[in-house]
Amino acid sequence: MNSYSIFGTALHRLAILCYVVFALFPLFWLLKVSVTPNDLLYSEGVRMWPSRMSFEHFRFVLAHSAFPVFFRNSMIVAGATAVIVTLLASLSGYALSRFTFRGKYWLVALMLLTQMFPLVMLVAPIFKMLSPLGLTNSLTGLVVVYTAFNIPFATFLMQSFFDGIPKELEEAAKIDGATQFMAFRQIVLPLTLPGIAATLGFVFTAAWSELLFALMLISGNSAATFPVGLLTFVSKFSVDFGQMMAAGVLALIPACLFFLFIQRYLVQGLTAGAVKG
Amino acid sequence: MASIDIRNVRKNFGIVSVLHGVDLAIKNGEFVVLVGPSGCGKSTLLRMIAGLEEVTEGEIRIDGVRVNERAPKDRDIAMVFQSYALYPHMNVAENMSYGLRIRKAAREKITAAVSNAARKLELQPLLARRPKALSGGQRQRVAMGRAIVRQPKAFLFDEPLSNLDARLREQMRAEIKKLHRDLGATSIYVTHDQIEAMTLADRIVAMHEGVVQQVGSPLELYDRPANLFVAGFIGSPAMNFLSARYEVSAGTASARLPDGTLIALSSGYQLEEGAAVTLGIRPEHVEMSPASETSLRATVDLIEPTGFGIILHLGLHGLPFNVFTLDRAALTAGPTVTVAFPPQHLHLFDETGKRALESSLQKGTG
Amino acid sequence: MVFDATAGFSESRRRSLVDRITRHAEPYLYTAPALILIVTIMLAPLVLGLSYAFRDVHLLNPFSGGYVGLDHFRTLYGDDNFYRALRNTLWWTGASVFLQFVFGLILALLLDRPFAGRAVAQALVFLPWAVPTFLTGLNWAWLLNPVIGPLPHWLYALGLMSEPANILSNPQLAMWGPIIANVWWGIPFFAITLLAALQAIPRDLYEAAAIDGAGAIRRFTSITLPFLAPTIAITVLLRTVWISNFADLIIVMTSGGPADRTQIVASYIFTQAFRALDFGYASAIALVLLVLLLAYSMLIVMLRQVLMDRS
Repeated sequence: MNSYSIFGTALHRLAILCYVVFALFPLFWLLKVSVTPNDLLYSEGVRMWPSRMSFEHFRFVLAHSAFPVFFRNSMIVAGATAVIVTLLASLSGYALSRFTFRGKYWLVALMLLTQMFPLVMLVAPIFKMLSPLGLTNSLTGLVVVYTAFNIPFATFLMQSFFDGIPKELEEAAKIDGATQFMAFRQIVLPLTLPGIAATLGFVFTAAWSELLFALMLISGNSAATFPVGLLTFVSKFSVDFGQMMAAGVLALIPACLFFLFIQRYLVQGLTAGAVKG
Repeated sequence: MASIDIRNVRKNFGIVSVLHGVDLAIKNGEFVVLVGPSGCGKSTLLRMIAGLEEVTEGEIRIDGVRVNERAPKDRDIAMVFQSYALYPHMNVAENMSYGLRIRKAAREKITAAVSNAARKLELQPLLARRPKALSGGQRQRVAMGRAIVRQPKAFLFDEPLSNLDARLREQMRAEIKKLHRDLGATSIYVTHDQIEAMTLADRIVAMHEGVVQQVGSPLELYDRPANLFVAGFIGSPAMNFLSARYEVSAGTASARLPDGTLIALSSGYQLEEGAAVTLGIRPEHVEMSPASETSLRATVDLIEPTGFGIILHLGLHGLPFNVFTLDRAALTAGPTVTVAFPPQHLHLFDETGKRALESSLQKGTG
Repeated sequence: MVFDATAGFSESRRRSLVDRITRHAEPYLYTAPALILIVTIMLAPLVLGLSYAFRDVHLLNPFSGGYVGLDHFRTLYGDDNFYRALRNTLWWTGASVFLQFVFGLILALLLDRPFAGRAVAQALVFLPWAVPTFLTGLNWAWLLNPVIGPLPHWLYALGLMSEPANILSNPQLAMWGPIIANVWWGIPFFAITLLAALQAIPRDLYEAAAIDGAGAIRRFTSITLPFLAPTIAITVLLRTVWISNFADLIIVMTSGGPADRTQIVASYIFTQAFRALDFGYASAIALVLLVLLLAYSMLIVMLRQVLMDRS
């Protein structure tokens, strides 16, 4: 190894380090403030870690606020949305990957269109459509809306995973005696597990984060999701930073866990898609 | 075991027509090889028999029953793919038994069938492995095993050996032939490799641009190619072609090359005097001879020893011309050699190349 | 015998018809659930929403809903706030996409090189993408807040600020807050996409180029960039459209303030709809934004076609 490449390697590692620090610092700060006792919050403003740690904020948030309810609601909404979207998107993604049919072009165009306009536009019409059905102020309503919003992207994602699976495998299964659907279920789906994991994670994160429709379709605490709860909390107790950040840390945990679990499949899946086109 | 009838089958992809009416009757237990360059429609035809492609027009019958509308699963055939298409998430035993499991066969029957096939293909020690942990040759065997486990009516092979290296290919070729001898199953085998076709086939179907060019036993195709395409495709190194004009002088038929050389033919043809023809002769049939009245002088461009014999790349009036000889003296051939064409080995094709001309002699006997 | 044959024939014909119908219906069966949901929950409301652009719709006013023709568009034509929002949108989108792309590309190139601990580093640098957007907004607002966050103090210590102040309340600088948050959150998206594309480039191309004597920079410009170009084009296009519509960060961090300096069209729509409850006007603005974005997409697609035809 010559000096040039040692220098290059050092530079490379340093750059990676910069990115890691940039990515993690805001989250670290969130954590730091959430464990800083109130009396040290202002006196030790820019210190990297408080001289004394405390979990009082977490304790307060969990015991004296509606956050456990928000947490549960968000879990239900994000989980259900992720499962349903992944199921439906694997069907439609499979169709886009494997069949040529007359409506295909229009279907793709429609799905692309849904990615083009500001979703704000849909708030009022959706509210007007859902309220006679009793789906406003209900978790079911949110799941329905989030499912529809996430299907187009999830379909494209699943399609790229299916494209990575050789067609011959299904043909072999069909010759072995399988129907198209059996080949899909027994051969293709098991091989798409990374793609399914990636889609699940992506949709879960998206549904967990959604604010606008949760804000408009839900009133009152009983069906509020985490983002809504946190935002109300912020506007109500806008000075109690420790508690807000403790709530923020709690909101972060499931999404981040999910993401760390699926992120390697995500690159893998996109690579499979890229290889093809 | 089954017979397969293909009647006037056509295939269009959109407005592109890839098969222009194929007729073929395959007898029970026969090993038929579809051979041709890529894009000739051979794979499409095979996939139509398998049920993986729709038949645009015509009819395919298996054991006399029309199967055009049947899904692949209802045709009771097995197929070996070029990529093997082994299920990556199943081990070897599961791969082989998938077809039987799907058909809800009894467990004892499945076990017996798998172990039987595994024994035939020497796969017993590999049964618990995933395809990823197998070599190319082993994967190939598993793919074959998966096909024979079900004892289907017919085997379809889609270029099954083209992903193997040369030595393994030869070995597997022999195994496929043995397997066919033992099982006696109707087999249709697609390849672009004419050696595979020659060695494996009971009958070869040579295809080109969606049309069957000739059907016959390997030696028929070698000895009596029906047209220029088959003549050039079967045999390696490939047949030499020279354009010439037909002449009859003093009762003997001959062909005159553009430079004036007269080449004697074995017998007369029903041709007009002066008709344009293409003369064909296989490299192995050309004789290296001392100069004589009927011999031709050619320049030596390149000498390729193959070990077994020697291929001489010659220039005959500027046109490339190959000779294959077992005589090692050819290795030291000078800048020019003289060659002669034994009349009994000459093939004559009409101007278009679409038809081999039959000598009046052949006509009389055949 | 003859009878049998014809019976078999008609039977197979019948099966053929059923088979053919199922075969043609199959792709539609697979796509139907997705399609139905998209049409009912997105397309129908979209059409309804577009019709609002020509109606007087106030959510809490039961007497509203009448057609007003092009009134909203006439108002929009003279609405200075809209033009400012449009300029801000250009600024917000341009800066966000450019910075996300540049830093995303660098990150992808860094990660494309094998090194010990790459998997961990990759997981960590992609983590911001998993952070809910509202939390990203809140988090950066807090970081920029001198009461609780370190950034103003650091900027002050570096001499870049005369006092530790909140840039979000400075009309000149406020837009940088949401942009930084957006870049932080969006780098992983570009990096993941570009990394996937990078890993699809055949390695032997680099080896061939290296043997031909091409240096690192030459290899980058003559192999990497041309291979990435299609991915870059499509990703930048999609992200541009997406970020133009992306108001969450601005709503959470500044609500469009101070003095409307961070109001983009998407957040202006939000403000009109939920603060002023004027859904008619909000839909009219949204329609204009949609048309602009469609025009932009067409332009890019056509430009790409022209470039591809030339090469």
